[in-house]
Amino acid sequence: MIKLQVRSENSTKMVILAPILALTLTAISTMIIFLWASLDVMNAFYVFYIEPLTGKYNLSELLVKAAPLMMIALGLSIGFRAGVWNIGAEGQYIIGAISGGAVGLYYYNVEATWLIPLMAFAAVLGGMGYAGIAAFLRTRFQVNEILVTLMLTYVAILFLSAMVFGPLRNPDGFNFPESRIFHDSATLPIIWQGTRVHIGFIIALLFAGVTWFITKKHMFGMQIKISGSAPRAAKFAGFSENKTIWYTLLISGGVAGLAGLFEAAGPIGQLVPHLPVGYGFTAIIVAFLARLHPIGIVFTSLLIALTYMGGENAQITLQLPNAITSVFQGMLLFYFLACNVLIEYRVTFSFNRNK
Amino acid sequence: MKYQLELQNISKSYGALKANENISFGIRPASVHALLGENGAGKSTLVKVIYGSLQPDSGSMQWCGQNYKPNNPFEARENGVSMVFQQFSLFESLTVAENIALGLDNTNLDDELVQIIIKHSKQYGLDINPNQTVGDLSVGARQRVEIVRCLMQNPKLLIMDEPTSVLTPQEVSGLFITLRKLAEDGCSILYISHKLEEVRQICHQATILRGGKLVQSCNPQEHSKSELAEMMIGKKLTQLARNNVVLGDEIFCINSLNQARQDMFGIDLTNVCLSIKRGSIVGIAGVAGNGQDELMKILIGESDSDYGVLTFKGQDIGQLNAHERRQLSMFFVPEERLGHGTVSELGLNENMLLSRPSVSGMTNNGVINWQTVHTLVEKVINDFDVQTQSSKAPAKSLSGGNLQKFMVGRELIQQPDLLIIAQPTWGVDAGSANNIHQALITLAEQGSAILVISQDLDEILTLCDQVHVLTEGNLSPPVNVQDNGLEEISQLMVGGE
Repeated sequence: MIKLQVRSENSTKMVILAPILALTLTAISTMIIFLWASLDVMNAFYVFYIEPLTGKYNLSELLVKAAPLMMIALGLSIGFRAGVWNIGAEGQYIIGAISGGAVGLYYYNVEATWLIPLMAFAAVLGGMGYAGIAAFLRTRFQVNEILVTLMLTYVAILFLSAMVFGPLRNPDGFNFPESRIFHDSATLPIIWQGTRVHIGFIIALLFAGVTWFITKKHMFGMQIKISGSAPRAAKFAGFSENKTIWYTLLISGGVAGLAGLFEAAGPIGQLVPHLPVGYGFTAIIVAFLARLHPIGIVFTSLLIALTYMGGENAQITLQLPNAITSVFQGMLLFYFLACNVLIEYRVTFSFNRNK
Repeated sequence: MKYQLELQNISKSYGALKANENISFGIRPASVHALLGENGAGKSTLVKVIYGSLQPDSGSMQWCGQNYKPNNPFEARENGVSMVFQQFSLFESLTVAENIALGLDNTNLDDELVQIIIKHSKQYGLDINPNQTVGDLSVGARQRVEIVRCLMQNPKLLIMDEPTSVLTPQEVSGLFITLRKLAEDGCSILYISHKLEEVRQICHQATILRGGKLVQSCNPQEHSKSELAEMMIGKKLTQLARNNVVLGDEIFCINSLNQARQDMFGIDLTNVCLSIKRGSIVGIAGVAGNGQDELMKILIGESDSDYGVLTFKGQDIGQLNAHERRQLSMFFVPEERLGHGTVSELGLNENMLLSRPSVSGMTNNGVINWQTVHTLVEKVINDFDVQTQSSKAPAKSLSGGNLQKFMVGRELIQQPDLLIIAQPTWGVDAGSANNIHQALITLAEQGSAILVISQDLDEILTLCDQVHVLTEGNLSPPVNVQDNGLEEISQLMVGGE
């Protein structure tokens, strides 16, 4: 019989080994899928894992995809530490893009340096307000924030459609459901010439630094940590449970909103119905793969961005369906969570002689 | 057969730590045998070896002269070893009979079982009703359920871990009658306790452990309480003296506190009034579950109270949270260590930050000064002799007694004007309990006020100059401790007139 036995102390070796083991298992499982699909395994591997790391275009696109993942995951990680489960970053991302984008469209063709900051401000407010609905319902009526944030995501998707079909539709766009293309002043500065890498990537890195400071050096970091692991001890320390819920939801919502605007005013350049591509959900995987550690999130967001790139490449070169990306991300999270069990437990094999 | 159970050279190590080293002793049939020792002396490890939940590294055991080597508690029970744990394992929403049936191997709940329960409870004076819901029972009654559950297995050796820590004096006498009768009928009892007075009353033999080794076997009735304590800790106890009591102005008062229960098994607090003067140690005696938790919640600031109910230094503090109260120099040690007084997974240094008045300098505008935190943790560890691997060790890695010392030390180094402390020495060994008591007395002599909420009457009577009793949410007026104090308190504890 296989048994899990609690280790007397957490294994530091496994803390490092678990992600490597998870990656290896994912790679092996991918290989099996490739074999099953009768593909040339070596070629498929190259397309999936190596090609995205070659050339200016691939590398820059990696950063473009990593930026929103990183930002959203950092925001979510703060809430997750406190045991506040914001599953609807995708919705806050959309509302942020709409609010910030609407400001940009309102000042259409106004050339000014204040426009981008104003749009960013509106996006943060939008994201915060949307996450605030869940905070209000949770603190006032004890409604589970997981359900509220998740369901509001679908509302946000429909709201985006309503907007681009209605008030925000491009008047000269032949009735296509999309907004005007943002003018230069309402578009994010590019930091790597000739690519789509925008200032959002720098801001995401800065935000990682800020999150690191909060979690390691600031009482607010202790507050969320304590609230997450021992609610009674949090009260003993004088922390209000409701404030923790409000703060964490507002932060994660605001950041997701900003990431949404950066996507709209960055690589895409307008509001379109297909703006949400699941970054809000994928960021949850990013946060957990990094064990909610801010610096870890910087790296895992790059890793997950790689799976997006690999998935796209596989679509083009190998004619694999788009779902392959989700399959890989799902496998990676699954294996990672399974391997994490080994940090606290050891596997023993024994033959139980009792009935 | 000389011994019911005989241990020979039992050793057990956890890594470098030798929890048990060459321990040999025997438990005679039909005797009450005490196992004494400080926290971390190796009592729990030894008991686990006997009960089969741990296997010794070396050494052997004989059961009625036969080789005995249980691989798990199931095998131990088959042999006739039974155990009543300190933490009861009962389901509150089920009845007594259902709980007993669930705890037994291969038993169904039927009329026959109910009859056996009634038979056992009558035979040993264990007053329980099989059809009552456990949630409605007092702690003493729950313990009786646990004992009956053990008796159902017709044990030859009954292990009792700290059985009296939750009982009223009357319940303790009742328990002793039961234990004596059991011993007469041929069941040996291994009795683990910190309460040396009780050990002297009921035990015929005592085995004393210190640092994993057996230091003495003796008849506890031939030694005084302090002699036994000194054998346990290996050095002389300091005599507690509370001589120069100088009372100052009133510093804290509760004025007619009323609060309805917040959950099904809670207690309503009715018209609780209390006044504490500087320099005094006030005690609240009473059996657990009579409103102590509810009162503590309000005192810490985990639930709000109405205007004018709680006054500290002339200021209403009913709406302040725990941190804001600490800023006024009011500090707390709750009863529950893990999950309330500390966060089990976090290190001691991080747990230090639960109690962080601005004057301590641990935080500045919310930014943590880890250097200061570290200095303070080291100070607590040194001053209060906290045994820990490091100042960053998680709270759950410390033994209960050491964690208690940490929690008390954490609050005491802030020099509180008012310290509210629940069960100050719960599960703490004699030597450390003595140190904690001494520290409290010193604090009071420096002019601070202390409120002690404790079930341990000895402790209350040693420390306090004003004693109240909490019964079913009612707080008695101060009891005159000098004449007939103990008797009056006992009466009040069971709700008598």
